[in-house]
Amino acid sequence: GQQANSLHTRAAGSVSGLHIFHKEGDHEDLAPQLVPLDYTTCPDVKVPYELIGSMPELKDNPFRQRIAQVFSEDGDGHMTLDNFLDMFSVMSEMAPRDLKAYYAFKIYDFNNDDYICAWDLEQTVTKLTRGELSAEEVSLVCEKVLDEADGDHDGRLSLEDFQNMILRAPDFLSTFHIRI
Amino acid sequence: MMMAKKWAKFLRDFENFKAACVPWENKIKAIESQFGSSVASYFLFLRWMYGVNMVLFILTFSLIMLPEYLWGLPYGSLPRKTVPRAEEASAANFGVLYDFNGLAQYSVLFYGYYDNKRTIGWMNFRLPLSYFLVGIMCIGYSFLVVLKAMTKNIGDDGGGDDNTFNFSWKVFTSWDYLIGNPETADNKFNSITMNFKEAITEEKAAQVEENVHLIRFLRFLANFFVFLTLGGSGYLIFWAVKRSQEFAQQDPDTLGWWEKNEMNMVMSLLGMFCPTLFDLFAELEDYHPLIALKWLLGRIFALLLGNLYVFILALMDEINNKIEEEKLVKANITLWEANMIKAYNASFSENSTGPPFFVHPADVPRGPCWETMVGQEFVRLTVSDVLTTYVTILIGDFLRACFVRFCNYCWCWDLEYGYPSYTEFDISGNVLALIFNQGMIWMGSFFAPSLPGINILRLHTSMYFQCWAVMCCNVPEARVFKASRSNNFYLGMLLLILFLSTMPVLYMIVSLPPSFDCGPFSGKNRMFEVIGETLEHDFPSWMAKILRQLSNPGLVIAVILVMVLAIYYLNATAKGQKAANLDLKKKMKMLQLLVASNKYPESPEKVHFALLFKSNAICERPENKHCGTAIFLFYP
Repeated sequence: GQQANSLHTRAAGSVSGLHIFHKEGDHEDLAPQLVPLDYTTCPDVKVPYELIGSMPELKDNPFRQRIAQVFSEDGDGHMTLDNFLDMFSVMSEMAPRDLKAYYAFKIYDFNNDDYICAWDLEQTVTKLTRGELSAEEVSLVCEKVLDEADGDHDGRLSLEDFQNMILRAPDFLSTFHIRI
Repeated sequence: MMMAKKWAKFLRDFENFKAACVPWENKIKAIESQFGSSVASYFLFLRWMYGVNMVLFILTFSLIMLPEYLWGLPYGSLPRKTVPRAEEASAANFGVLYDFNGLAQYSVLFYGYYDNKRTIGWMNFRLPLSYFLVGIMCIGYSFLVVLKAMTKNIGDDGGGDDNTFNFSWKVFTSWDYLIGNPETADNKFNSITMNFKEAITEEKAAQVEENVHLIRFLRFLANFFVFLTLGGSGYLIFWAVKRSQEFAQQDPDTLGWWEKNEMNMVMSLLGMFCPTLFDLFAELEDYHPLIALKWLLGRIFALLLGNLYVFILALMDEINNKIEEEKLVKANITLWEANMIKAYNASFSENSTGPPFFVHPADVPRGPCWETMVGQEFVRLTVSDVLTTYVTILIGDFLRACFVRFCNYCWCWDLEYGYPSYTEFDISGNVLALIFNQGMIWMGSFFAPSLPGINILRLHTSMYFQCWAVMCCNVPEARVFKASRSNNFYLGMLLLILFLSTMPVLYMIVSLPPSFDCGPFSGKNRMFEVIGETLEHDFPSWMAKILRQLSNPGLVIAVILVMVLAIYYLNATAKGQKAANLDLKKKMKMLQLLVASNKYPESPEKVHFALLFKSNAICERPENKHCGTAIFLFYP
């Protein structure tokens, strides 16, 4: 309700700033692109990733880039208002477990091949520990994860394997949650 | 059209308003972003308890205290409402009031003040009936609300095992997305790294042979010490209660502060120091931290429960003494009254006229009102508990943090990283303390209707005080081991405490005779007789006859049988539905595999829709086992 509106105006305000900047730099006769206050005609306004990544709720999160990519329109991290609201509604307290598990799978799937392979796991672990574990330790962890969760033994985690594992985790709902 | 829009807008605004009314949301969010979700769960629990206590307070205040205050006889009109002559001089002293004696004792705060008249005021408010029913309603409401909270959480219980997905859970659920603070994020990264390193070392060390016999002996030794501690603390409390009875016989002025508050101090101090002892003994045991935490919680629970029950036993002892004393006082009063009337008649015969026989209420000899005594004990215990908690936080957390922060500049070793450093917020200790305090409230509120009100004040100030203390003096825990998957572990303990604390109250209501000269049930043989009396007087006679028939033992047994059958039936239905649920989940997974192999764009809605299609009976038949593929042909 009100929170979503304030996010909207925050996003809208920053976008109009960006448009003005373009106009000055280009010396072209750009028609002043006013940020539409009325979204009923679904205009094509996108907030760039840099602004999203610097939001207080996301700036300390090691997975913020992946979150923005997963929820954005073209997978490049730039989000429309709909994407923005989708992101916060999935990450909110009220979202059902299965939906959260589905999006968590997409976030941790770095190469977007619909499987969490060993490379994806290595990326996740490295981001989680900020590179403090040695290569041997990282590969041991990835091996253990595949041992534990890979149900169909194909060397990578499918959505089914992932959901099977994550839906039993006691902390999943409480940690995969952003409060506005 | 306009009306529909306006109505929709009004509903949305109302929802926003309701969300904004939830108290302390910003505080909890701030704590969550700095300390993570497990510390915040304590404050969420505190807020929930505040809501429950608010309802209890509204019930007792509006249906017991307010009517007596507005429509009952005022202070000084009856013996039970007046401070006895002997205590009058000191009735308003702060020391006496702090002990809830004197003026505080003879007020709406305690059981003894209430009059036993059947109706009071112009509305004919039936106070004794209301007192009894509100007491029962409070217990019933508490049960309902705790059970409701537990059933809401039951879906969250994954029902899995702890170690199958150890590393997977560490990788995918250890980052707390609520964190919004760079310092906390740093701490979290460090703790995750340490966690991984420990898990890796454990994994490598799992092959090492351990000396089974030595470990078993050490564990036995640790449990032996724990039993000793529990026994010792029980004995200490019993001895302290006996001593407090002796002190009660003596003149209050000869006692120092410690003697007066000895019992409460002993209980609070035991609750503070024994858990540390248990922690020490746990060093001998060498369990995995999660298992060690469960053992610790179990032992603290046993300690607090034992203390509470020893306290109640000592109290029962005291109550029996008072009931004996009452019989003596009753006999004395008849004698005293006879003497007074004889003396009065003697003086009357000297003069021809005289004023009617009148004795000032303060001069009438009193029976020992055991119900008020019970209420006073619980109120004093609650107050001293609050003070101990606040003092502990101030000294243990705040002063320690000040010392570490300011003396760090001129100290040999780094105070912040080594000993003593800042305190961590002890989640389980705090939650257990909250649960046991609530148990005391449930026990005492029948005899002291003011207890829920006192608890509301306490929770309110606790919220602000502990929020401040946490943000100012505590650091996030280095290793987070949650005792409960959902909050159900703590709610389960709360339910157990609720049951255990209402049992003594119900026993007292059903089997002890109320005092003859104080409280709304004085003059009756048992407290629940007020129900029978109401049925006789206020209901038409045919209803009373029906209800009397209903309490026929044959009918009661039949009702119990029906209830047992209903429980069995519901249990069977629940099991059947769980099995059906698992079956549906399996079907979903099969569908997802199909989706993946058919390379369709997976989206939850389409999978759900396909599932509905597949559960159609056509697909169940063996000749239609390729039904799954057929469904996708229907999709564009």
